Amino acid sequence: MSTPHHEPAGHGGNGHPAGHGGNGHRIGSVLAIILTVIPFWLVMSGPTLSPAWTAAIIFAFAIVQIIVHVAFFLHLDTRSEGGWTLLSFLFTAVIVILTIGGSIWVMYHLNTNMMPMPTEMGGGH
Amino acid sequence: MTDDALDPQAAPVWHLTEEEEHHDHSGGSPTVLGFWIYLMSDALIFASLFAMFGVVSTAYAGGPVPHEIFDLKLVAINTGLLLASSITFGEAMPHMEAGRVGPVRFWLAITGLLGAGFIGIELYEFAHLIGENAGPDRSAFLSAFFTLVGTHGAHVTIGLIWLVTMLIQLGMHGLNPATKRRLICLSMFWHFLDIIWIGVFTFVYLYGVIR
Repeated sequence: MSTPHHEPAGHGGNGHPAGHGGNGHRIGSVLAIILTVIPFWLVMSGPTLSPAWTAAIIFAFAIVQIIVHVAFFLHLDTRSEGGWTLLSFLFTAVIVILTIGGSIWVMYHLNTNMMPMPTEMGGGH
Repeated sequence: MTDDALDPQAAPVWHLTEEEEHHDHSGGSPTVLGFWIYLMSDALIFASLFAMFGVVSTAYAGGPVPHEIFDLKLVAINTGLLLASSITFGEAMPHMEAGRVGPVRFWLAITGLLGAGFIGIELYEFAHLIGENAGPDRSAFLSAFFTLVGTHGAHVTIGLIWLVTMLIQLGMHGLNPATKRRLICLSMFWHFLDIIWIGVFTFVYLYGVIR
């Protein structure tokens, strides 16, 4: 995950966290457009792949695009603010993944285990 | 600092000097880091909304399902508008660092128009859904959809108000350390909202249509 932060383009500006070097911004813009167009095209052009594969690919593109935006638009790198922005970002990313992934995981299994209930209870709901 | 401490002829310095901050382009304040931490806390709000949406995203209650009500062409236009606005905001920042107030105001105005277009289309979509009896009261899926997308839209609206405020302040005061600092924070806020939108269009719209 830290690989993009070491690319020279991220340091194209004056090295400040919010400093906006023109070069890195242009590279990020082109990457962001490509990473947006492909998932939309994949879904809107009809069923070229199975839904599971399409889902896997669009989520992979989303994660890559989030990293591109954070690295090239928010200019997060290992040096800005003495590393505190990176540390707080990684901490937040862990909490975000736990919150979203954990909630969906737990509730999915809860739903699966509750499945026999509605049929027995009939119109109870 | 270390050199001063090791040099016996220099007076000992027992506190951290503020020398570094004078070279700081953010106006020499901890605001940028503080604002970053605010954005991280905002990301946690969105994480809980995404989690809620993920849990009830198939609870249709016999109502409309995503591929019946989502117009992906509209979503694609909206995504393009928001991404373009993020790019145009990035175009303003080198001009800010060079102290050219005219181009900064120009690119900010373009960004604001693109953002206003995004909000306009989103309001049209919401009105259309409510008109089709697919409002937030129809099912848990739609409640979660309106809460998540609406919270993002509210953020963009506040960003637009902030952006107009900055245009006025730039007209009145030009570029000074205070307005620069506010512009840096607004640019971080704007890019952050575009990052949240990546999650929205992938998880809510694209994944909703194919599942």
